[in-house]
Amino acid sequence: MTDIFGIPIQAFAGQLLIGLINGAFYALLSLGLAVIFGLLNIINFTHGAQYMLGAFCAWFLLEKAGIGYWWALLVAPVVIGALGMLIERTMLARLYRLDHLYGLLLTFGLALIFQGIFTNFFGSSGQPYRLPDEFAGAFNLGFMFLPKYRAWVIVASALVCLGTWFVIERTKLGAYLRAATENPALVQAFGVNVPRMITLTYGFGVALAALAGVMAAPIYQVNPQMGANLIIVVFAVVVVGGMGSILGAIVTGFSLGVVEGLTKVFYPEASNTVIFVVMVLVLLVKPAGLFGRER
Amino acid sequence: MASAPLATRVPTVPARRDRTGLAIGAMVALFAIGPWIGVYPVFLMKALCFALFACAFNLLIGFGGLLSFGHAMFFGTASYVCAYAAKTWGLSPELAILAGTGAAAVLGAIAGALAIRRQGIYFAMITLALAQMAYFFYLQAPFTHGEDGIQGVPRGRLLGLVDLDAPLAMYYFVLVVFTAGFLLIFRVVRSPFGQALKAIRENEPRAISLGYDADRYKLLAFILSATLAGLAGATKAIVFQLASLTDVHWSMSGEVVLMTLLGGMGTLFGPVVGALVIVSLENYLSVFSQWVTVITGVIFVACVLAFRRGIVGELAAWWERARR
Repeated sequence: MTDIFGIPIQAFAGQLLIGLINGAFYALLSLGLAVIFGLLNIINFTHGAQYMLGAFCAWFLLEKAGIGYWWALLVAPVVIGALGMLIERTMLARLYRLDHLYGLLLTFGLALIFQGIFTNFFGSSGQPYRLPDEFAGAFNLGFMFLPKYRAWVIVASALVCLGTWFVIERTKLGAYLRAATENPALVQAFGVNVPRMITLTYGFGVALAALAGVMAAPIYQVNPQMGANLIIVVFAVVVVGGMGSILGAIVTGFSLGVVEGLTKVFYPEASNTVIFVVMVLVLLVKPAGLFGRER
Repeated sequence: MASAPLATRVPTVPARRDRTGLAIGAMVALFAIGPWIGVYPVFLMKALCFALFACAFNLLIGFGGLLSFGHAMFFGTASYVCAYAAKTWGLSPELAILAGTGAAAVLGAIAGALAIRRQGIYFAMITLALAQMAYFFYLQAPFTHGEDGIQGVPRGRLLGLVDLDAPLAMYYFVLVVFTAGFLLIFRVVRSPFGQALKAIRENEPRAISLGYDADRYKLLAFILSATLAGLAGATKAIVFQLASLTDVHWSMSGEVVLMTLLGGMGTLFGPVVGALVIVSLENYLSVFSQWVTVITGVIFVACVLAFRRGIVGELAAWWERARR
């Protein structure tokens, strides 16, 4: 059996794999958005730019300092996360008493600044990021070849997602976080430093975006615009999943990636828009999102 | 209680003497003499189209409290339909603009019905996602000619009488379109409908408990805003004889947000001032064109952090303080 619905199994599995890879990035990014939104009530429009910054950070480390992929996986999220915390302290913190839409407008402006600066220096063409040697080659699965790096991206991002879910839903720290989401004033009254928690949460969400950027660097080229279009798709993912649940963001991210990949097999013209179509359908049937609560 | 008893009792005109009509007259007069005091008509036409676009957007955010991040889809759709109608079907300019505006209204009804199902931040994300969907549609549809856009759109003869290839004829036609759109918005904002819209913005559950069908008001405001944004986009297609992907890209949606924010959200004249400032900025900074994105971002950040009322809003507040 080499065909599925008249499509060669290699093509089918190949697109499924691409879908899973894209889904891994959707999941990581929408997870970061959901974590930030939960505590700050802000939609972080800069998320796509921070994903791009993560990729560029890895590229700089390799090209200018000779620091390789494994260290970049650690350094880039820390650096970009720290930058995020600086932004939160100096700018976002002034907006919490205002309409939440101002947070959206501010982060949109920041995204334009970052993308504009990098476009000036690097143009809109991409910089290649050399794949680490350990990842050369592929696994032979019998019906297809699975490049080692792609397998790593899927496994690693799934692990990061589950780890985040575990920390938030199953540890004491996560319990504080969830409590502060429900009622920050009360949690503060119990002696938890809520403003510091907010700063760290924003930093963590941004670090997730940067981590996704580092992982994306060897697959896609490192490009100043790489986050701009992605973030809009991730917004649609977030609307589909609803931001009430961490697990919901992960599941929705991966499955919409797969849906997109399969659309490429059966009806390529719609592959760019299929996630938006799903969003429209979900809005018609369940406006709060698949895993969301009305709030 | 489906009628609107509250709005009829609330005075729709402020108690002290209202000079807004005078201010509108002065603004139109200034635009009318613009080309005679050395302002480049093409620049003014661009500014007027964007001013109308921003006013339409402001109707939604400023008076309805709904932040749409996808208004480029109405601007761009009208631009494409108008350009196609004028070039391929050979419609006269006024009919082509009507066709474009009508298309934007239909799209506005569909997008609005979907978007008002969620509020606040979700509303912004949904409109952005819908606009991106529209962008991909125009990117792939053959009639838009992809990256090239629809070029060489004929300006034609208005009502078969006035040749719009004459720069001043074109200019005054744009001014008439802008003034009509502006007056319509002015009228809507001051009407019982506009008051009910503000009530919903301030406190939706309370407005609903008073018997207002909030969703209906929001949808109507959305369609009206989309239609006027379409009018601006269609007019722009005739003026510049071009409809392209820029018109429907997300950065266009961001630009109209910026104009309104900079000028003053919820003020009548703010969007006009904001559009004038941004269009002149793009004109005079064209030497540093690669920095325009960065400067745009900086203006966004500065507006949100330092002066959220915008130019007109801050001036009005300053004037109020000075009077006391």
